[in-house]
Amino acid sequence: MRFTTPVLSRRALAAALASTLVLGYGMAPALAATPKDTLVVAFAFDDIITMDPAEVFEISASEVMGNTYDRLVRLDVNDPSKLVNDIAKSWTVSADGKTFSFELKSGLKFASGNPLTAEDVAFSLQRAVLLDKSPAFILTQFGFSKTNVKDKIKATGALTLTLETDKAYAPSFVMNCLTADVGAVVDKKLVLANEVAGDLGYAWLKTHYAGSGPLKLREWRANEVVALERNDSYYGKKAPLARVLYRHIKESSTQRLLLEKGDIDMARNLAPQDLAAMASNKDIKIESAPKGTVYYISLNQKNPNLAKPEVREALKWLVDYAAIGDTLIKNIGTVDQNFLPVGLLGASTVNPYKLDVDKAKALLVKAGLPNGFKVTIDMRTIQPVQGITESFQQNAKRAGIDIEIIPGDGKQVLTKYRARTHDMYIGQWGADYWDPHSNATFVQNSDNSDDAKAKPLAWRNAWVAPELEKMADAAVVERDTNKRKKIYEDMQAEFRKTSPFIMLYQQVEVAAVRSNVAGFKLGPTFGSDYMFTASKR
Amino acid sequence: MRKLQAVGRFAVVIVLTYLGLLAVTFFIGRVMPIDPVLAIVGDRASGELVARVREEMGFNKPLWEQFSIYISKVLRGDFGTSVLSSHPVMDDILRAFPATFELATLGIIIGVGLGVPLGVWAAVRRGGVVDQIVRVVGLVGYSVPIFWLGLMGLVLFYAKLDWVAGPGRIDVVYEYTLTPVTGLLLLDAAMAGQWDAFGNVLSHLILPASLLGYFSLAYISRMTRSFMLHELGQEYIVAARAKGLSEVRIIWRHALRNAMVPLVTVISLSYAGLLEGSVLTETVFAWPGLGLYITNSLQNADMNAVLGGTIVVGSIFIGLNLLSDLLYKTLDPRTRTR
Repeated sequence: MRFTTPVLSRRALAAALASTLVLGYGMAPALAATPKDTLVVAFAFDDIITMDPAEVFEISASEVMGNTYDRLVRLDVNDPSKLVNDIAKSWTVSADGKTFSFELKSGLKFASGNPLTAEDVAFSLQRAVLLDKSPAFILTQFGFSKTNVKDKIKATGALTLTLETDKAYAPSFVMNCLTADVGAVVDKKLVLANEVAGDLGYAWLKTHYAGSGPLKLREWRANEVVALERNDSYYGKKAPLARVLYRHIKESSTQRLLLEKGDIDMARNLAPQDLAAMASNKDIKIESAPKGTVYYISLNQKNPNLAKPEVREALKWLVDYAAIGDTLIKNIGTVDQNFLPVGLLGASTVNPYKLDVDKAKALLVKAGLPNGFKVTIDMRTIQPVQGITESFQQNAKRAGIDIEIIPGDGKQVLTKYRARTHDMYIGQWGADYWDPHSNATFVQNSDNSDDAKAKPLAWRNAWVAPELEKMADAAVVERDTNKRKKIYEDMQAEFRKTSPFIMLYQQVEVAAVRSNVAGFKLGPTFGSDYMFTASKR
Repeated sequence: MRKLQAVGRFAVVIVLTYLGLLAVTFFIGRVMPIDPVLAIVGDRASGELVARVREEMGFNKPLWEQFSIYISKVLRGDFGTSVLSSHPVMDDILRAFPATFELATLGIIIGVGLGVPLGVWAAVRRGGVVDQIVRVVGLVGYSVPIFWLGLMGLVLFYAKLDWVAGPGRIDVVYEYTLTPVTGLLLLDAAMAGQWDAFGNVLSHLILPASLLGYFSLAYISRMTRSFMLHELGQEYIVAARAKGLSEVRIIWRHALRNAMVPLVTVISLSYAGLLEGSVLTETVFAWPGLGLYITNSLQNADMNAVLGGTIVVGSIFIGLNLLSDLLYKTLDPRTRTR
């Protein structure tokens, strides 16, 4: 049945259509530039769970800490093997190597206006030990405990304090640990004013700010925005910009679009293809810095095949490092076959392995597995990890090793890894503080039982290497830096040969920025990505 | 008396629905191969700390005990603290919901405003050009992935043509000048008389809302078409024509009115779907709404947030179902209980 009568007035329809178009046009914004005094950064910061420096242990939050909190000393961002004083004016180590004395700069103030004294520094370090959150071990490894910390770390004057360790450690090790976020100084008066039931202000500081850094935290809305503002009470050079706003945007393509349009000034999580596509854009420049994070594949020694030394070695010959370097991690990483990232004391640039299927096959014959074997690998479904795993799978197949990939979400894969129920695992290994011991300590696995208390990477892969363990223990108390360096180099030579870890690459952090932005710095750690130095033309 | 019984029965059904909803979400959360403790202590905490936090959180207790503790907390109005944001879950949801509400409402207005007339038109001109177009529009709406369409929309209308603003709810310029009162930024801007901010919010809203509108339009127009075809084949239409009523009157007053009865359910379910949070749309447009909140929480095993979100989503479904039942009765007197 057909109808001839119009069911909708044509005129009404045309009017509706026209008004939609006009509305669309009428709203056309002028090319939305960001405000002149504000740096807008697109950044995936869904890892942030707290803003309390005694608890912060995640990448993005660490960057916020680095920009908003002062500490006694900082890394020299231009040469991370050196330290620069932050609020410390000077420091000395006693002859027995166990007492560290600090004198603070004078006239320091918190953003709240309260004066910053040695009492605040002592309180901050004590607080971290007393709260005992994830990063507390960075301090407690020097023998500080809930019971003794008030005696071991104390203010001796308005501007002086001492720190007493249980053993004579390498001084560089102790000082490097103090550059970590857990060494950030909080405003004792402000924090205690917000204390609830003796929690040392923990519940409050999770979402608030009590620091003295060049920028102050105005607001953090999880997965939405982190707003930093210039701290006018800062002792040093004031930040050129009034504001730094981080917007949580996960998609690389969305970040790129926003950057190209000028709606943001900086994109922080771009995939290699988006970076490559922007290389020809004159309005955008790319900055990069090698980071203290390495990526690896580990082999669980509970799997009898993977426990064979020949198989461990064979697998190292089945990664196409060159191809991965040229494509999957181009601009975002460099091939590295060692557990110490370049930049740390004792790091090595020796990379002996390359793709060699024949060599791998010969090793498999030696291992009594001439026809290969079947094995699984747990993988987080993000790039470039996924691409690398697939490439590894294909090469292993050529040697007869049949790898089944088990993809999963970050936390899911990690849960399995921590329970060491995997065969192979691909993941990342980051320095918790800027000292080689942070990465070298993985090997301490004196209790390899399933219910062991400490569960470092060696435990997670059921690997016991007492010789390496001895070397790590010796290195951390070695006060001669050159000797210390040598021990780490020797450790890595042995590690490359026999360990069940296939080291892949060191992360390079990349930021694409509008060309009118200058002065910011990507440092070697996530806490040394400095936005407070940025300015805009 | 009977009415009271009906209300009582209804209350029991709601309570049981909620309880079922909570139980299913809770137990799925607990058997998920993700350790919620990891969300709290971070990726690199020591084994000792993990064990300590597990005990603090009560994860070492039997599942039933954990569930009953949770229920008793919820009954006291305590949904716990979100691990991700360190805020009470209810505060988070109250902040995320207006973003989704604003987006979904505009989306459903577009969907209904265009979908119903198009569906009617297609039914009336069955087999004609409009009918074909509506079918193709529906098919595309069903088969094209929403994130792809969203990205394409951004590339075209935002990047190339500059008609609309990009991802996010509002430009940074206005971010700290507009004070949120209701959380509905359009309303907030209008109430404050900040018309440039209003335009900016609308400009951010229009693309994702159109996208959602398009998806609900695809469904609504198809359903409208089929309900209308059914009505137009009925005898009362023949009778109305015989009486000499105008076609416009027959279609809009008689046929559509009857077609509206089942259509109300379709629309309210579409709306509930949008309110639940259109996860992919919210991801592509960096829209800080409920969908994104629940997804992020799930990925991070932030179970308090997931459960809180589930209760809200459940309430939306129950509420809209109730509303569509009431409308049903208003529109079709035959379904009223005597």
